[in-house]
Amino acid sequence: MSNFFKETDIDTSQAEAIVTETLKNCDDGELYLENHKSESIVLDDNKIKSSTYNSDLGYGFRAVTGEVVAYSHSNDISKESLRKSSDNLKDTLKSKKGTYNHEIPKTNNKYYENINPIESKTFDSKIDLLNSVNNYLRSKGSIVNQVTANFLGEHKSIEIIRSDNQVLKDDRPLVRFNVSVVLEKDGKKETGVYGVGGRQSYDDYLKDGSWKDVCDEAFRIANVNLESKPAPAGEMKVVLGPGWPAILIHEAIGHGLEGDFNRKKTSAFHNLMGQQVASEGVTIVDDGTLHQRRGSLTIDDEGTPTENTVLIENGILKNYMQDRLNARLMGTKSTGSGRRESYKHVVLPRMRNTMMLSGKYSQDEMISSVDKGIFAVSFGGGQVDITSGKFVFNCTEAYEINNGKIGSPIKGATLIGDGPSILKEVSLVGNDMKLDPGIGTCGKAGQGVPVGVAQPSILINKMTVGGTKL
Amino acid sequence: MIRDQEFLSDIAFYCIENSKKLGATDVGVKVIHSVSENVSFRNKKLDESNRADSFAVNLTTYIEKKKSSINSSDLSKSNLEKLIERCIDATKITPSDENNSLPDKDLMSKEIRDLNLYDETHYPNDKKIEFLKNVEETASTEEKIVNTEAGFTENKNNFILANSNGFLGGYKTSNFSSSCVAVSRINGAMERDYEFGSTRFLQDMMKPEEIGKIAADKAIKKLGPKKIKSEKIGVIFDKRISKGILSTLASAISASAIARGTSFLKDQINSEVFPNSINIIDDPKIEKGLGSQNFDSEGVETNSLKLVENGILKNYLIDTYYGKKLNLKSNGRSGGTTNLYFENGTLSFKDLLNSEKKFLYITETIGHGGNIITGDYSVGASGFMVEDGELTYPVSEITIAGNFKEMFKNITLANDLEMKYSTNAPTLLINQMTVAGK
Repeated sequence: MSNFFKETDIDTSQAEAIVTETLKNCDDGELYLENHKSESIVLDDNKIKSSTYNSDLGYGFRAVTGEVVAYSHSNDISKESLRKSSDNLKDTLKSKKGTYNHEIPKTNNKYYENINPIESKTFDSKIDLLNSVNNYLRSKGSIVNQVTANFLGEHKSIEIIRSDNQVLKDDRPLVRFNVSVVLEKDGKKETGVYGVGGRQSYDDYLKDGSWKDVCDEAFRIANVNLESKPAPAGEMKVVLGPGWPAILIHEAIGHGLEGDFNRKKTSAFHNLMGQQVASEGVTIVDDGTLHQRRGSLTIDDEGTPTENTVLIENGILKNYMQDRLNARLMGTKSTGSGRRESYKHVVLPRMRNTMMLSGKYSQDEMISSVDKGIFAVSFGGGQVDITSGKFVFNCTEAYEINNGKIGSPIKGATLIGDGPSILKEVSLVGNDMKLDPGIGTCGKAGQGVPVGVAQPSILINKMTVGGTKL
Repeated sequence: MIRDQEFLSDIAFYCIENSKKLGATDVGVKVIHSVSENVSFRNKKLDESNRADSFAVNLTTYIEKKKSSINSSDLSKSNLEKLIERCIDATKITPSDENNSLPDKDLMSKEIRDLNLYDETHYPNDKKIEFLKNVEETASTEEKIVNTEAGFTENKNNFILANSNGFLGGYKTSNFSSSCVAVSRINGAMERDYEFGSTRFLQDMMKPEEIGKIAADKAIKKLGPKKIKSEKIGVIFDKRISKGILSTLASAISASAIARGTSFLKDQINSEVFPNSINIIDDPKIEKGLGSQNFDSEGVETNSLKLVENGILKNYLIDTYYGKKLNLKSNGRSGGTTNLYFENGTLSFKDLLNSEKKFLYITETIGHGGNIITGDYSVGASGFMVEDGELTYPVSEITIAGNFKEMFKNITLANDLEMKYSTNAPTLLINQMTVAGK
């Protein structure tokens, strides 16, 4: 736990007094303090390219009344700086009057341990492992053209001081280990990328030689892509593999079900609550309570304990994801989805681990039912326009399907669809739900937060595949 | 108030001296202070007010050819002392790399020219509010506009860059930006579009009415889009997105991509990459330019570079580290391009639209479908069909795909270049691309 007021000219009770005084005529708000340590060690082109340690400390002071958010953040934790922020907030909200909502649920649950992954593995052993990765991959032959591997680790301590001295704290470890390999054969170059991570120590993911599995997977993907043919263009059936392809769910449905866009009625889903938005058999949840997962949180960045929120149950739209502000304005309660990238950012309703639950079909049944289509196994990333509902994601490993059989690999292509209608096109839901390996970062309004996704294999009746072959 | 040069230099010197005391043979440091004030409106009401006061120290220490870095937002000397110690400890055990070094002394920037990058005018929040009211008032005139959001941000920065070879330089910059997002609706279906202005000086900002009107008009024009059938067709890129072609080029000719062998333009220096009518320039010394700078992120002097001349690739974007790998001198592009643009084409916008019977005109792309290694490109898109020179109907839920190598060779530029961003391109046509739709 950080003591944010050690070595400053202010103590906790003085800070609490400023918070209570500032927020007395507001509906909500808090002082959010953050001490964030992170490291990045990168091996590239046979060398340790960079090793960086970051130390970021600061506060974000927020006052909310009605729909208006006043925010002030600074690196300077001092009496003068907090007073200045306080004056700033009061000035913005001077013509407004609210009633502070003191209620905030408490929890004793913890979904990760308070460890500091940066310190729990020596610098030497990280360098050694990166070199082992490089040697291991390059030993696979002269086909290996480039290897990049990196450690990203962080420890974030947060403290939330609400009006009348309510203090909530959390300590969050997070790691990610990534390998990228470029292969070259007959003048053709292709990349394969794979990574693992979550809220544990590096060694929990890399011990007993399991780092070799990460290398092998990156190598396998690049190797498949070396044989790839141009992707087809046009509408066709698409089978998605389990796990990481659930980016589809995240983009197509997830963003559109965030509370802010629905309160503002700018989401394509804003008038669909209680209605059938997906095929029967489709159930989607957003779960912050999975142990040690990348998107999990003990409490969110407003202090609300996270939960497992049902978004779509058997095809029916059940809930939006809410932070405190949007919940209050929509007459409901926070789902523990209030998140911010750092003290520099305002809270927004965000996803955590977004998952489509298993159905009853096997992947083989899906593939054998397709005459002409594609089978997409891995994706690079996606994006959505929440207003029109159109979304895309990029395949990084995909195959054509001909007459019920998996054919040649195809080049990376973008798939595009329409959020509100795509889930009605899901005709088969697989029995093989899988979580992603712990690598996702979601961007919204310039803020990146770690998230997870999961899904079983699914068959989509019709999607547009953005290849070059007509 | 933004901190002055003296305050920032003090910290920079402290970092250099302490690092050297602990055994660093070379040191590079940057100290930054920025103050930013943002106000945003939604549907003609105040939505958010945000004030940011941020410090940052970026320190790199070298022991001969070993290197490590730290970044911190906490400028207290007690904290910096601990971090410097940590940085030196890490440097000692990081393997050597013969290309690690500070830039050559003779390449360093010698004088700082006033490029007119700082406007000390403070635009108080009640003025910003007034401005935004006008933006939204204009944006919401039409009945079809059902939601508007508008924002105004004022940003002031100061920085010092220093190294143990005696380089010390820094200056203030400012930025004012304003945006409007409008949502239109017809028959229950919605579309969204925006307008955005960004300037160094407050007086150069677009008029609020202009921002509001453009955003609203664009959002209304997009209503009722159709999905078209898959075909090969000429694709025209609106100015808002044509600059993306230049960003792709910049990634592909960065010394890092070339040295690592991960660029589709590897070994293409002095070869014809674009049609011979095309010239591409990166000029850091444009007065008031959004990408202007006196020196790059290592302190190396930057001057105007012709990246592409008569279609031929002439220069890479080179920093010190990858320059050494390639046996080339840094050309002051550590940190990338500055003010990057296509020289204007010859066809008017109208003539370009009329140059064939039918085009697809793209105003927005979504997704990250460009692959710098292979040159393969595939993204989601929306825009309009152009028939006989006229925009006939909006199009969406399609993709456009091709390969950059081919696309570059098939570019025709219009003559409507504007310097609105740090990277700028006129409207451009790419002759044949694959469009996937129905």
